[in-house]
Amino acid sequence: MTPSSSPTAEGVLPGHDDAGGHAGHHDHPSYLVDGTTVKSWLLTIDHKRIGLMFLASVLFFFLVGGVFALAVRVELLTPGPTIMDAMTYNRAFTLHGLIMIFLFMIPAIPAAFGNFMLPLMLGAKDVAFPRLNLASFYIYVTGAVLMVWGMLNGGLDTGWTFYTPYSTHTTTTVAPVLFGAFVIGFSSIATGLNFIVTVHTMRAPGITWFKLPLFVWAIYATSCIQVLATPVIGLLTLLVVGENLFSFGLFDPARGGDPVLFQHLFWFYSHPAVYIMVLPAFGVMSEVVAAFSRKNIFGYRAVAYSSLGIAFVGFFAWGHHMFVSGQSTFDAGVFGVLTMLVGVFTAIKVFNWVGTVYKGAVDFRTPFAYFCGFLFFTVFGGMTGIAVGTVSLDMPWHDTYFVVAHFHFIMVGATLMAFLAAFHYWFPKMFGRMYHEGWGLVSAALIILGFNATFIPQFLLGNYGMPRRYYEYPERFQALNVASTAGASLLAFGFVIVAIYLTYALFYGRVAGKNPWRSKGYEWLSESPPPTHNFVGPQPTFPEEPHYYVAPKKDEVNDV
Amino acid sequence: MSSAPAAHGAAPAPKFAEHFASLEVQNHAARLGMWLFLSTEILLFAGLFACYACYRFLYPEAFAEASRHLDLTLGTVNTVVLITSSLTAALAVHYAKEGKNNMVALMVALTLLMALGFLVIKGFEYSHKFHEGTLPGKHYSYQGLQLPGAPMYFTIYFLSTGLHAFHVTIGMGVLAWMGIRAITQKNFGPNNYTGVELASMYWHLVDLVWIFLFPMLYLV
Ligand code: HEM
Ligand SMILES: [Cu+2]
Repeated sequence: MTPSSSPTAEGVLPGHDDAGGHAGHHDHPSYLVDGTTVKSWLLTIDHKRIGLMFLASVLFFFLVGGVFALAVRVELLTPGPTIMDAMTYNRAFTLHGLIMIFLFMIPAIPAAFGNFMLPLMLGAKDVAFPRLNLASFYIYVTGAVLMVWGMLNGGLDTGWTFYTPYSTHTTTTVAPVLFGAFVIGFSSIATGLNFIVTVHTMRAPGITWFKLPLFVWAIYATSCIQVLATPVIGLLTLLVVGENLFSFGLFDPARGGDPVLFQHLFWFYSHPAVYIMVLPAFGVMSEVVAAFSRKNIFGYRAVAYSSLGIAFVGFFAWGHHMFVSGQSTFDAGVFGVLTMLVGVFTAIKVFNWVGTVYKGAVDFRTPFAYFCGFLFFTVFGGMTGIAVGTVSLDMPWHDTYFVVAHFHFIMVGATLMAFLAAFHYWFPKMFGRMYHEGWGLVSAALIILGFNATFIPQFLLGNYGMPRRYYEYPERFQALNVASTAGASLLAFGFVIVAIYLTYALFYGRVAGKNPWRSKGYEWLSESPPPTHNFVGPQPTFPEEPHYYVAPKKDEVNDV
Repeated sequence: MSSAPAAHGAAPAPKFAEHFASLEVQNHAARLGMWLFLSTEILLFAGLFACYACYRFLYPEAFAEASRHLDLTLGTVNTVVLITSSLTAALAVHYAKEGKNNMVALMVALTLLMALGFLVIKGFEYSHKFHEGTLPGKHYSYQGLQLPGAPMYFTIYFLSTGLHAFHVTIGMGVLAWMGIRAITQKNFGPNNYTGVELASMYWHLVDLVWIFLFPMLYLV
């Protein structure tokens, strides 16, 4: 191991230098133990601690959203009322959708893992604006509290899309919930802005743009979308709140307003928002596939550029949500074609990932298992996306369970797989401990199986014509609904196992050492878990390519 | 204060955060961050511009007619006031670079004065509309103009000018903060003027948005 750097080196923590010792957690305490008071966590400006606080929060909301998903699924076990009344059902799926989208999916990978990894991958000590970073967390918490408070006091029954004019007339609590969404938007913007500036200004010497790890490229592209799209939904949520409270009439046909305008503005954000969710997932997978195939990523530049490509064309595809809104055939055609372009860029990535695995020395671990699930969900979900992006096909499928299954496959399937892969891949980096590989593989199998069992029946249901968001349904749909609920239970069971063995590993897991996967990612050059300012000693330089796995040497450092 | 006397801009003491490679990088980061933030502000207003465009297309006569009911004189005066204030804000940056802290404070004060003037004039316009009943949506009660779409015009008028006035207020706060720093700390100088620069950039944005709003609402 490298000898400790001179005590005068920049960034070394004060008060922990007994010269001549060994670098690592003895002289430079890891970020986890450098300050153990509650205050040292709640007021930290260390990107790693903020990342962990985000991680804890999104996991919490994933649990809440998941409980409501199960409630919805249980309700749909029988054709009539099962465990709740119709109004409660409407509130339950709205709550599920809102929490999953705004409080879990959007911040999950960027705010939790992005925050933790981005500076490490750039060889930087922190993000550009550490205080803004902490503020972003508290803004998120404030928005979340507002939202949840509103949902508990009155509840919202509009679905997460809060389409007008229903949302401007409903007597349920629109104001606090949408205002909460507005506040969360600021958090999203702050994080995105911070990351863009960080990538521009904080790269260590030697990290040129084309030496950036692909996860960084993906987060960068995501941040651009966050910064450019979020203000529009911010304005829109405010307008709907205003409409609901003061009857401005902007989107109310009774007052000469145009509800379709609402839909345009809504989807102008919400379509790119799916890429806010899925691009970071693509980024994670690029890291994981190279690390566990032990091969340099195939077509680095194509993967990097296609992230930017998706981010760009993502802004011009929103109209595919409105094929049945009275849009002209010409518009629908244009939006259809633009939608296909997203498919082209995604396909580039898929081919490159497959090209990376091809002839690689695959090390089949839990993250790689999630990669396999991911590949399936992305391809299958992407193909059904091309299908619903085709105007003539979307006409019958619109607002049926086919669409529900499609967006769960691509958005949730892909993102969730990546979230879990990231969690397992970076767990040793973040906590310095290993989880149990056997349980990891078993639960991965359960989750992938459960996910398929939940949503494949929903594709069929949609195809047979079952509309989404309906409380009751004809008898003939029951078998498939039961199958879907059974799948959801399997899925939930898988998550419980993950929660158990990861919590166990957190305290009793085998000590991981610096780089247990022998990964080539820059983040592994630091200690596991890293010290407060990430790298001990002078700023590191990065002469190698980021995914340089060609011909791994046998005697590579592997200090497990 | 431990910093060297900064009255002549000799040795300004900018706050340097050690996670940046150099002070230059830090300033670059601050400026880039501000540009990104301003682009989000523009997009925020762009949503309202889109609403305007849509309803102007749906109700051309009502919009043309309703815009005649705004006070063009007051609007023009306000435009001049705001453009002038942008000039003084820019001058504040100029003096900050030269380390003339008192002039910075003076320019900020002038800018704030004009901003206040802007808001007062806007207040007169608003109160006139409240009086007349040319109000948004269901609150519209003006008898003199009964075309369908007229209430929509005033909805957009109030939303966009209101949001703009809100930004004016925020901008005033930021500028005032810089003015106070110029007076109490006297440490703006050739190496330390980013704060004033960012505040002034924000003010130019407020100005720019008005330059769009004015023709959109008052002229066309
Ligand atoms: C445990 C697995 C899950 C099950 C069983 C499940 C089930 C459902 C059901 C039945 C609906 C209602 C569909 C409708 O009628 O519109 C729904 C909607 C939705 N789900 Fe899930 N879901 C699950 C996981 C997730 C996850 C992990 C996310 C996001 C991270 C998510 C995001 C959404 C969204 C955005 C909606 C739309 C809500 C709306 O229409 O307002 N779901 N889900
Ligand atoms: Cu879309």
